[in-house]
Amino acid sequence: MPDGTLARRPKLVVVGNGMAGMRTVEELLKLRPDLYDITVFGAEPHPNYNRILLSPVLAGEQTIPDIVLNTLEWYRDNGIRLHLGKEVARIDRKARVVEAADGTKESYDRLLLATGSDPFMLPVAGAQLEGVLSYRDIHDTEAMIEAAASYRHAVVIGGGLLGLEAANGLARRGMAVTVVHLMPWLMERQLDRTAAGMLQKTLEAKGLAFRLESQTESLLEGPGGRVRALRLKSGEELPADLVVMAVGIRPNTRLAETAGLHCHRGIVVNDTLQTYDPRIYAVGECANHRGTAYGLVAPLFEMAKVCANHLAEYGIARYTGSVTSTKLKVTGVDLFSAGDFTGGEGTDDIVLADPSAGIYKKLVIKDGKLAGAVLYGDTVDGTWYFRLLREGTSVAPLRDKLMFGESNLGDAGHQGQNRALALPDTAEVCGCNGVCKGAIVKAIKDKGLFTLEDVRKHTKASSSCGSCTGLVEQILMFTAGGDYSESPKKKAVCACTDRTHQEVRDAIREHHLLTIPAAFHFLEWRTPNGCASCRPAMNYYLLSTWPHEAKDDPQSRYINERSHANIQKDGTYSVIPRMWGGETSASELRRIANVVEKYAIPTVKVTGGQRLDLLGVKKEDLPAVWKDLDMPSGHAYAKALRTVKTCVGSEWCRFGTQDSTRMGQELERALWRMYAPHKVKLAVSGCPRNCAESGIKDVGVIGVDSGWEIYVAGNGGIKTEVAQFFCKVGTREEVLEYAGAFLQLYREEGFYLERTVHFVARVGLDYAKRRVLEDAEGRKDLWERLQFALDGEPDPWHEPEKARVDLRQFEPLGA
Amino acid sequence: MAFVPIGRLEDIAPLGARRFKRADGVEIAVFRTGTDTVFALRDKCPHKGGPLSQGIVFGESVACPLHNWCIGLADGHAAAPDEGVIERFAVKLEGGMVLLDPDSGVAENGLCSPIAVTAAP
Repeated sequence: MPDGTLARRPKLVVVGNGMAGMRTVEELLKLRPDLYDITVFGAEPHPNYNRILLSPVLAGEQTIPDIVLNTLEWYRDNGIRLHLGKEVARIDRKARVVEAADGTKESYDRLLLATGSDPFMLPVAGAQLEGVLSYRDIHDTEAMIEAAASYRHAVVIGGGLLGLEAANGLARRGMAVTVVHLMPWLMERQLDRTAAGMLQKTLEAKGLAFRLESQTESLLEGPGGRVRALRLKSGEELPADLVVMAVGIRPNTRLAETAGLHCHRGIVVNDTLQTYDPRIYAVGECANHRGTAYGLVAPLFEMAKVCANHLAEYGIARYTGSVTSTKLKVTGVDLFSAGDFTGGEGTDDIVLADPSAGIYKKLVIKDGKLAGAVLYGDTVDGTWYFRLLREGTSVAPLRDKLMFGESNLGDAGHQGQNRALALPDTAEVCGCNGVCKGAIVKAIKDKGLFTLEDVRKHTKASSSCGSCTGLVEQILMFTAGGDYSESPKKKAVCACTDRTHQEVRDAIREHHLLTIPAAFHFLEWRTPNGCASCRPAMNYYLLSTWPHEAKDDPQSRYINERSHANIQKDGTYSVIPRMWGGETSASELRRIANVVEKYAIPTVKVTGGQRLDLLGVKKEDLPAVWKDLDMPSGHAYAKALRTVKTCVGSEWCRFGTQDSTRMGQELERALWRMYAPHKVKLAVSGCPRNCAESGIKDVGVIGVDSGWEIYVAGNGGIKTEVAQFFCKVGTREEVLEYAGAFLQLYREEGFYLERTVHFVARVGLDYAKRRVLEDAEGRKDLWERLQFALDGEPDPWHEPEKARVDLRQFEPLGA
Repeated sequence: MAFVPIGRLEDIAPLGARRFKRADGVEIAVFRTGTDTVFALRDKCPHKGGPLSQGIVFGESVACPLHNWCIGLADGHAAAPDEGVIERFAVKLEGGMVLLDPDSGVAENGLCSPIAVTAAP
């Protein structure tokens, strides 16, 4: 007992040892591990387990030990007092004491109710007979497994998600199963009629029988008090040695109600998950937030995060509700639904149906946004649709491609594989970090992972380039269960804060913050000097918002930008001097050759950006190499303007219509030294043959006979993204102004590490057009602000002091 | 075991690091935190050998410049879920001078191997 020896810590009592309660405790321990003396009551005799995975247990695909999330050691290691098998019967709010049915008492300073929900039992005659079960916990599951071993006939009442999973599991264990459903089609809350029909066919092929639009009249008693049959209102009798009621759940509010807490279809909570008694919180299925009681895992995890934040006395986070999605966990059935898929007034449906291939997809669009999705047979893009839906992304620009899915938009790095389920365990999912599917599945199971972030941390999959994110999300979905914790709508900059990038940018502008310590202080950062994620972001935001006022902090820059060269795997560096528009000369080449020999540089490589890369330079040689090269920095190491790639254009090319090389050089001279949220690459082609590949650049310019076409937000990297047409202008001056204004908009409003393609996807191309094309004054202002920012910006290779380069880094200590 | 002066505290940028090269070529990273505490680790990330002296220093950790593993300055351990440990060296401040014992390298697990590695998960 810590009491008495240590200063008394406030007591947190958690009623409910399920996923919501323990997730909240885990989140709390992450934030303030020592704040509370924690006690947990669990009515079941088991430690916290993954309730979603009861269906695979029932189907014989997993076992109970597989689905335990927190072992008894975990409770012990975290100093949590655990009362198992004790149901709390009473809360004395005045005395702040809870009392279990067996008389165990615990006093509390804060109380967390996570009592979950109860299955709804139909009040029909015979409901109390032996062999009549609900489907809710380990006890029910074990009883069903036991029944399947010695009986033949089962009836499941309820053709919803849970009922079908139960039916499938029992069928897998050899029972003859009939599903009785009141409504005209299965899973009517998640599926439209067509998809439900296809599902029913698949399940019938697996041996399940169905009675739709059928109501249970009574359950009939057999010998020994056990159920023997179920009688429908129609008079039909179905033989049944086991009846499973899966007709819905109800928030378990008994305890809260007897304590006098306001309940209305759940314990009513506010946005910080507090009940009407502010010392008492409620999370998970027992809670009613803004009129909704959620029965899925994703919202419950979001609640847990917010509640933990409040319990930890940070009080910054708010829960504002969740959008949910559903995935049926029946092996061999691929089904996904999310949002409002019923359509109706003011909505558009896009439908793809291929019944013989067993594929059906329906997307519902409302006000230019995705409002709902039903996928049957091919759910590969479920996570993508769900992301579009949750984030309220405008889908107008991709409407014609929407149905074909994200997989159609060109990912690299995993052989075009997009169907996680079909992959063998040995298949490489993450090409960057060499992680195969089996390793991901194992980590998810062994470590009880639920979120993409968790998987990234533990396996490294999807943590580098991110192109396999969709695949990893699918694997997570199939392995951890139907719904899992989504990345929240509001994404914090990093673990040091709950603020978003937008909030940070706004605060810096509104409050004229000029230094990183001032910004950290003002924004209440939790760490004294941030971390390797937030400091570079903050440094960029300060510099881009207040040019010439905010001072660069080299220690908050990644090594490449601190040493103005690219670090290589062996700790040496690469040096890329600038070659304007990809043109060079005999004297430059001679100097480069001399430098390569003088410093014994092992590799010289022609880059994709039309320059030369000197690889394997020792750090201590860098300043001398720069000096001897006597060429400007290429900024190939920076989140800044990299190259302006050009074709030879009308000066030489027999097809050229414009002098693209000159245009490119003018752009490069106007924009070099320009730091940005991420790297920026430009290209200028002299005719529509587009030899400079302008179609995959942040800003791509194509000369046509009558002027120049400007394309923006292309990307040739991880995911090939074709640049979108922005505008057509007549003169070179206009190209500079329009391209510059667009890039300044990106510099001022982009989030750190967001490429132009993601920036434009976030704010919308229409927004960029409004700011740059339609608002002539605004465009000129943007262009002028960019020129102001770049005015006097030093070349770090040749004016290191002005560029605040710490030259001591090139010499060893004690030398 | 002998401490040798390797420079003044001001020679290392706050939230920065410098490299010290031992006679046998072993490189030691000497870190200065935001509160002017100094730490020394072998300049070799337990993951793939990245030079920790080139990383971003925050709190009492450094993020390796190659793959962003976070290494504790005080114990040389990689932050979970990564696993690995690198040798620590005795270092102290006296009257503004940084004193390092270049032969004191120990890893938590008692090893003084050139590189204490564990496989990435």
